[in-house]
Amino acid sequence: MRHGRYRFLIGALAPPLLLYGVFVVSPYAQAFYLALTDWDGLSAEARIVGLANFADLWSDPLFLAALRNNGILLLIVPTAVIALALFFAACLTLGGGTKRRGVRGSGLYRIVYFFPQLLSVAILGVLFQFVYTPGDGLLNGLLGAVGLDSLERAWLADPATALPAVTAVMIWSAVGFYVVLFTAAMESVPTDVVEAAVLDGAGRFTVFRRITLPLVGDSVQTAFVYLGILALDGFALVQIMTVGPGGPDNATEVVGLTLYRAAFTYGEFGYASAMGVTLFFITLTLTALALRATRRERVELA
Amino acid sequence: MKTRLSDSLLHVVLAVWALLVTLPLAWAVLSSLKTDAEIFASPWSLPASPQWGNWVRAWQEAHIGRYLLNTLIVVGGALVLVMLLGALTAYCLARYDFPGSRIIYFGLVAGMLFPVFLALVPLFFVVDQLGLLGTYHGLILVYAAYALPFTVFLLHAFFRGLPTATAEAAFIDGCSHAGVFFRVMLPMARPGMVSVGIFNFLGLWNQYLLPLVLNPDPDRYVLAQGLAALAVSQGYRSDFSGLFAGLVIAILPVLAAYVLFQRQIRAGLTAGAVR
Repeated sequence: MRHGRYRFLIGALAPPLLLYGVFVVSPYAQAFYLALTDWDGLSAEARIVGLANFADLWSDPLFLAALRNNGILLLIVPTAVIALALFFAACLTLGGGTKRRGVRGSGLYRIVYFFPQLLSVAILGVLFQFVYTPGDGLLNGLLGAVGLDSLERAWLADPATALPAVTAVMIWSAVGFYVVLFTAAMESVPTDVVEAAVLDGAGRFTVFRRITLPLVGDSVQTAFVYLGILALDGFALVQIMTVGPGGPDNATEVVGLTLYRAAFTYGEFGYASAMGVTLFFITLTLTALALRATRRERVELA
Repeated sequence: MKTRLSDSLLHVVLAVWALLVTLPLAWAVLSSLKTDAEIFASPWSLPASPQWGNWVRAWQEAHIGRYLLNTLIVVGGALVLVMLLGALTAYCLARYDFPGSRIIYFGLVAGMLFPVFLALVPLFFVVDQLGLLGTYHGLILVYAAYALPFTVFLLHAFFRGLPTATAEAAFIDGCSHAGVFFRVMLPMARPGMVSVGIFNFLGLWNQYLLPLVLNPDPDRYVLAQGLAALAVSQGYRSDFSGLFAGLVIAILPVLAAYVLFQRQIRAGLTAGAVR
């Protein structure tokens, strides 16, 4: 049994670890170093400038606009998606009385709700750019059809509506996945617990609020972390959908886009790396906060 | 009676969202079969006769066919590579106790915490220096490397949960370590491999940022990249119907596969998110 154990381990682990080291670990490590330099990608040596890049970030109006927009996305997207997904998941599982679980046709709803999850984010961007197109786009066409012509506008070109338009796409595309996730969690709530509550005179809504909801807490926590990461990105949608890209008056600028432009348009590689490091610490802080904030509410059952 | 009434209310609410989800997709399919003039006239009119020519134009002149082939090569290659390496790594870390195994595991899993944007700049230069910029195999290696942490994380839990008796019996029968992995453990891990494989396929299919930076050659564009480039290029803004056709060609294969295997796909994806 011991024979050839280490030879097997080395043979099996060397290729993946080499791959991971070269393409993942080394770039991440280099990014922290590059963030302290003014490297332009051409000069042989990078000059160490200390924390100057980070100081510059806080007076860069573009970066601050990006930070503000990601902040808005972070406030709205996770909350809206989780609220909508919990609501629809509750509708799917609560219906049909207490005996039979789920409304009729809940299987079909689940299939359809999941559709957006299968669209790659670039496809999403192209599709919704058409939806929002002034004149012959789907949204303006629908508004015109129901007599709301006065609301028609160039959604992505108007600074007031550009960011909400992008936010709506994010929400539209994410809700279905979390409906399926929450529905699965709700269905794993043991039947005898629900029946006991019903015998004690609890109505549908009470059962949901007092039993189901606390038990999907873990899934909600996971959802907050994933959706937070999604809200801090937004790069592909903004880059494809909005003019500039970055929208009118930087209305839809996001950190990823500022970083991408600084690096690959202006060649400010040190400065771009400083943005990456900032983004990393924001992500890390938020993940830790989300895991902490929801930990206490955990309920164990069954 | 009360139940029936509120059930129909639930149906109305649920149907509204179902409509919101399908409307843009149905509109895209419809528009891909219309002439440009018909698209401009009204978003909901049916085409006088379906314009399959749009699809042909998108496939050939807009190179959607080539982009699809490129995507299949890159995503397929990366998927095979990451599943093989990920399964091997997860198995070794879950089933063998050796010095450093915990460090390797946490080092791999920590990769999930870092935003890709952080690595983007140095990654570009690493790939460039290795002469891999704009090549299939370069993209395959990078895709696989970034999918590795999650794959190992999920499969690690799976290999931990498998019973030990079968493997021990195989060892007693004189099976080698590699033999036990490939002939005993890997087949036993099939359900886990399928769900992680589905998860990875959609994740890799979704990639936009990595090819945008690392794959500058238009001949090797992946679908997401090619479609986005078409949508922003001024020349193609005039060919609305062709763009819609390209969009639909890009959406349909995944949607069709999903409708066929929807139960496994949903189960696989949500299981991946919970763990």
